[in-house]
Amino acid sequence: MVTTDRFAGERLKLSPFYPRQEELNIREAWSSWNGYKFAEYYYDVEYEYFCVRNLCGTYDICPMQKYEIKGPDAEAMLNRMVTRDVGKIGMHRVAYCMWCTDEGRMIDDGTVFRLGPDRFMLTCGSPSIAWLEKSSFGFDDVVVTDITDDMAALSLQGPTSYAVLKKLGLDGIETAKPFDIRVFPYHGSQLMVSRTGFTGDLGYELWVEHDLGLTMWDELYKAGADYGIQPYGEAATNMARLEAAFIMPDMEFNEALKTVHFQHDQTPFELSLGWLVDFRKPHFSGRAALLEEKRRGPTYTLTKLDIEGNRPAEGAHIYSNKRCNREIGYVTSAMWSPVAKANIALAMIRTEHLDGPLWAEIYYEKELRHHSRVVPCEKQSKPFWAPARARATPPPEY
Amino acid sequence: MSHYDAIVIGAGHNGLANAAYLAKAGLKVLVVEKNSYIGGAAVSRELQAGWKYSSCSYVCSMMRQAIHRDLDLSRHGLLLVPYLGTVNFGDGDERLFAYQDEEAAHLELKRHSPHDADAMHRFQTDLTRYSQLIRKTLMRTPPDPTSFKPRDIMELLFLAKQFWGLGEKQIYEYVRFFTMSAAEYLDDYFENDMIKAAMASPGIIGTALGVYSPGSSYILLHHVMGDVDGSIGAWGLARGGMGAISDAIASALQEHGGEIRTDAGVHRVLVEGRRATGVVLENGDEIQSRIVVSNLDAKRTFTKIVDKADLPDGIYEKAANFKIRGSSGKVNIALSGMPKFTGVPDNPYLNRGGQGFNGSLETMEKAYDCWKRGRWSDDPFIESVIPSAWDPTVAPAGQHWMSNFIQYCPPTLADGPWTAEKRDQFGQTVIDKIERYSPGFKDLIVHMEVRTPHEIENEIGLTEGNIFQGELTIDQLFFNRPFPGYGQYRMPLKNLYMSGSSTHPGGGVSAVCGANAAREILRDLRRPNTVPEDDFYDE
Repeated sequence: MVTTDRFAGERLKLSPFYPRQEELNIREAWSSWNGYKFAEYYYDVEYEYFCVRNLCGTYDICPMQKYEIKGPDAEAMLNRMVTRDVGKIGMHRVAYCMWCTDEGRMIDDGTVFRLGPDRFMLTCGSPSIAWLEKSSFGFDDVVVTDITDDMAALSLQGPTSYAVLKKLGLDGIETAKPFDIRVFPYHGSQLMVSRTGFTGDLGYELWVEHDLGLTMWDELYKAGADYGIQPYGEAATNMARLEAAFIMPDMEFNEALKTVHFQHDQTPFELSLGWLVDFRKPHFSGRAALLEEKRRGPTYTLTKLDIEGNRPAEGAHIYSNKRCNREIGYVTSAMWSPVAKANIALAMIRTEHLDGPLWAEIYYEKELRHHSRVVPCEKQSKPFWAPARARATPPPEY
Repeated sequence: MSHYDAIVIGAGHNGLANAAYLAKAGLKVLVVEKNSYIGGAAVSRELQAGWKYSSCSYVCSMMRQAIHRDLDLSRHGLLLVPYLGTVNFGDGDERLFAYQDEEAAHLELKRHSPHDADAMHRFQTDLTRYSQLIRKTLMRTPPDPTSFKPRDIMELLFLAKQFWGLGEKQIYEYVRFFTMSAAEYLDDYFENDMIKAAMASPGIIGTALGVYSPGSSYILLHHVMGDVDGSIGAWGLARGGMGAISDAIASALQEHGGEIRTDAGVHRVLVEGRRATGVVLENGDEIQSRIVVSNLDAKRTFTKIVDKADLPDGIYEKAANFKIRGSSGKVNIALSGMPKFTGVPDNPYLNRGGQGFNGSLETMEKAYDCWKRGRWSDDPFIESVIPSAWDPTVAPAGQHWMSNFIQYCPPTLADGPWTAEKRDQFGQTVIDKIERYSPGFKDLIVHMEVRTPHEIENEIGLTEGNIFQGELTIDQLFFNRPFPGYGQYRMPLKNLYMSGSSTHPGGGVSAVCGANAAREILRDLRRPNTVPEDDFYDE
């Protein structure tokens, strides 16, 4: 049947978790990610969002790209590629990193796992093998392997996530601090757990070899039955990450290697992620350009906004006056935040206007009539959601 | 002797909200509470180790976002979570499932009546229209229609404009709606009795009226005009139980420098020359204050803690006749597992939300007949929720707590006052009924708390255990709440105010009464307002 499928090349690949996802995706709400069939949501976006904030939920990270970078030169190679100092990542620790072009424009962000003295795993949203190989140029002893399809990985996020892992029998997980990695023997293989995630809440990511994926799903769901475990899709993830003020490709940043127009891509400083750039280490891609940008200051600054009213400012322009005749920026992501009870947004604003008044022109529709309103915005310095449990070790049970 | 700018009597959620706003304005504020714990009827209590009961109010929809946001209650630990999926039980084997998905819900209604499935759209549209208008009045002080003050005239004009915006036909309909019974109103839309019963149930909750009593349609509206994150009519649970709401407001109050004293019941409001000047506590302590705010209900305030001799003529009588009849009971049950109900599929999105043991309109009316005769019905209307299915903090993992609200339960019995024995018989009736729909239910019971109006009055201080601090009938609403002429939170004695649900807009965990009262107090003190003027109603 499959071999005779006329459309085979156009079909989406299926995650190792698909047999369970298929049953649970009651609404047939599928989209795709990196060629995998991927749930936009399973039952109800808000319900899934609240599972992440109130109980726990799982998010399929199989389609996320994973690369093994191995060899005596692995650290040096990564250090030349990413802006953070990889030498400072301890054994069995994870670090959030980004990498830039020579012009200091951001290519992508991701996480670097140090799995051994000369073995790393890098994860990121978009396929990056070409850039990784380009970055390996000149290093004799480093091997980069795409291991995306060899693994099954599931993110478990929310206040009861720790209790579920305890129930699963992962002794010692209580000592795992944020960005720590723990490895447990698992059905003759191993289960790697990192205290990482994309929700700003207490949460973990679970990694096993591809063929153990379904076993892990079933065991996790059994352990989580009394803790409200529920799969969540792209829509709920996008809500949670915005509350945590995490950036998203194609929303906050346009990957430099896919950007046509001059400087329509972004720099780490524009994304308010200057803290990820470590000038104390020697040369890395984009160093000179970023030094210059740091001296000069970024043209735009990604800013957290609390906006008056309850209409999400999706796609809104930002002005420096209520009359809206001086445009100074644009909203990249916006939503009503149920936990913060605030109308929140991330916006790119021209840095020189940051200290002045900010007005958003919001368009919305009500029973087919279109309306607009101009409302004041307030800058926020902290993420909209940052519960203490996300940092506590050991974390609370719920 | 200590001296405060304001003393608030009663640490219910409205009293706390009132105090929080006064403290935010820079006033020196003290809240005195007779119980050893705060929260009034928005309270979480651990009566069985491992279980936290929301022993009075149990769900939330009226809580205003503007207040939540303004007092930063999320930072103070409040998380409101909407819950989904309700099963309505008929008298016999019929079940009506309230699915989350609109189209699935439509098909389910169609299974019972194709006519009613279509009519539901018109019903929801009309109800939303009525809700939207009334929602606009929530965070505003009602105008005094006899006043010629510019402010009252402007407010009346505002209301007239809102009414006019409905269109001519709907103005007639709206007025008609306010005076009808829930059952009559539903007859305009539906033919199926089970659907009518399910829709009518919000019309009797907390009220000494039956589904056929005029005025019950407004109560219905009062129960569907709230929202969770803008989703009108949705209901939510407070993570940690309803006490989490009071605790968060109390935390905001304390952050602004306010004080709370528990085990401090008020014996008397001190009055000098028609002016409230402080309180005397039951232990004899006298506390002076420039402003006194009573968060008690109107009847209790003016018949218990204010001396009749201090009141202008007629107020005592008005208070004594204030309609605040007790009509509800509550049974909180700790369960060793999730109950299974016959005829309900094993769908976790459906069977963990609420259970409406409505039966039929006739069953509900018969239960009301019993109440009138000072008895409880053998077949009462029960509204149940299992919050532990949504909230990991209120019961041990894998075990549950079930909140059961019972309509009706008389404040006193025909054959004498409530006794512990009669209370337990009442509780038995409730679990007998649930057992009928869930064989084996009783075997799951670990602990049970039965509350009749008697317990609610004695513990919380609500007269007759009336959950709304006074019935929500049109004679006691808006500028007539609690009494004609006193609809703007100022009471017959100078410097005495009310902040509880006896004032506009009435019952429900909304924090609005307390916030509105604070706005009026600050106005009288010529202080800058710290209270949101409006919610984000842009509907």
